[in-house]
Amino acid sequence: MSVDIATVKRVAHLARIRVTEEEAAALQGELNAILGFVEQLNEVDVAGVEPMTSVIPMAVKRREDVVDDGGIAADIVRNAPLTDENYFLVPKVVE
Amino acid sequence: MSELTALTIAGIREGLRRKDFSAVELTEAYLAAIERFNQAFNAYVAVTPERALEMAGESDRRIAEGEARALEGVPLGIKDLFCTKGIHSQAASHVLDGFKPPYESTVTANLWRDGGVMLGKLNMDEFAMGSSNETSYYGPVVNPWRRRGGNAQLVPGGSSGGSAAAVAAHLCAGATATDTGGSIRQPAAFTGTVGIKPTYGRCSRRGIVAFASSLDQAGPIARTVRDAAIMLRTMASVDPKDTTSADVEVPDYEAAIGESVKGLRIGIPREYRVDGMPEEIEKLWQAGMDWYRAAGAELVEISLPHTKYALPAYYIVAPAEASSNLARYDGVRYGLRVPGDDIVDMYEKTRAAGFGREVKRRVLIGTYVLSAGYYDAYYLRAQKVRTLIKRDFEEAFQAGIDAILTPATPSSAFGIGEKAGGDPVEMYLNDIFTVTVNMAGLPGIAVPAGLDPAGLPLGLQLIGRPFDEATLFRAAQVIEDSAGSFTPEAWW
Repeated sequence: MSVDIATVKRVAHLARIRVTEEEAAALQGELNAILGFVEQLNEVDVAGVEPMTSVIPMAVKRREDVVDDGGIAADIVRNAPLTDENYFLVPKVVE
Repeated sequence: MSELTALTIAGIREGLRRKDFSAVELTEAYLAAIERFNQAFNAYVAVTPERALEMAGESDRRIAEGEARALEGVPLGIKDLFCTKGIHSQAASHVLDGFKPPYESTVTANLWRDGGVMLGKLNMDEFAMGSSNETSYYGPVVNPWRRRGGNAQLVPGGSSGGSAAAVAAHLCAGATATDTGGSIRQPAAFTGTVGIKPTYGRCSRRGIVAFASSLDQAGPIARTVRDAAIMLRTMASVDPKDTTSADVEVPDYEAAIGESVKGLRIGIPREYRVDGMPEEIEKLWQAGMDWYRAAGAELVEISLPHTKYALPAYYIVAPAEASSNLARYDGVRYGLRVPGDDIVDMYEKTRAAGFGREVKRRVLIGTYVLSAGYYDAYYLRAQKVRTLIKRDFEEAFQAGIDAILTPATPSSAFGIGEKAGGDPVEMYLNDIFTVTVNMAGLPGIAVPAGLDPAGLPLGLQLIGRPFDEATLFRAAQVIEDSAGSFTPEAWW
């Protein structure tokens, strides 16, 4: 499978990355090189094979359902580019 | 290189115990070396002298009181991927501009608990995506090794290029690194250092900036096998804050070093004999086999039939996970923000300005293979192939193989800019011998084993059973004893 320029732009929008016409053209070639490379996986017979879901077989760990952290709003927003009284600020989303 | 900075971690431990020098003197020697020589390598992206001297002072107090800890006074460099409280942690990306984490990663917290001294943060490929350290926002790292008689600048490998270069150039005694497809072992091989990627789940991923969560693992880069064993014992832990951290006690890896390898069954996988493999790699591999035979180990030819599919499967799984992990860089909670007309415009402009080319490429591939209609054809199929890759190894180990010997890389270090052409796959091929190990979650160690005809270091890789890092250290010592150690000739 290979991607056309419209697909590159659509995927870039899905990924929320603005690309220029020039970048889209370069990316098209690069993505097709990668997609061409991974094509060889079609040679492998995967009938009846379970996809890997856990790297090391282990039960998912659980912890007590208790509050063990928190009350650090100022720490959490400290690195944000724009805040107001411990809130993150974003451009208007709802009219 | 001063006498103090030439010491191994084991040598530092001994020298501090004998009071040949103080921890502060040692740290001052490293800070002076960084001050003078870092510009030649671009290995550090942030240096923390005040913090280092404060920690070294505490070490001297502990030593005076007879309370030295496992890594007391050892000056360490930390890959920029690890969150360090209040200190530069940007994964060498512009998108994390100015980020100073309000918490400490588990791995680095373990190092400080055991008396390690932080010298600063080390350069790397942006978000650990790269095999040459050329994708860093801070520019490439220069390998302390040069071709004999030449002065071309070579890459130190990647993504942990800053870690490997700093260890090889004696700008730290040891360094933290991470490995998603070969990012510890390939730079170790390119710089004549020792690097181990432990079993998935051995080191906590808490506080390490995520690239591909089912593949990422932290480990040390050090100058000797013993030093790597000393560091890993401290870095590894069982962490309730990482749900994939394995509930397996951390053994004393150093105790395994020096044990005989007599009777050990070393597998030689025939699929690693790839087309067009340079003669010197072939020779190096043969030398490794001869050393093991001489040490009394048994060599067994094995087959890992799905080896060639590991790299293509990796280039679906890793970008898919990366596209999801990197969604968090949106200009809202941390780092860079480029203003926009509305929120989507702000997101798109921020991510366009914040991510470098390689990162964008991988996020787009990941987004594509996960998008509606393509998930089964790409991601699901790759995860099935991954099951088969893991099964190959399981069958070898079930047949009684204790460790597998392979080359670490298909070549020695290449020149900066040499592989910057239009085809990204050419760079990806660097990881053909290492990536299988990440796909199967196994431990793998790269050990320097010789020099190529141009005088550049080459490494061998040993792959072990899950959580059997001790056998890897034991077996790796045989290579180190046989091949000797490798130090670049100082041109800086």
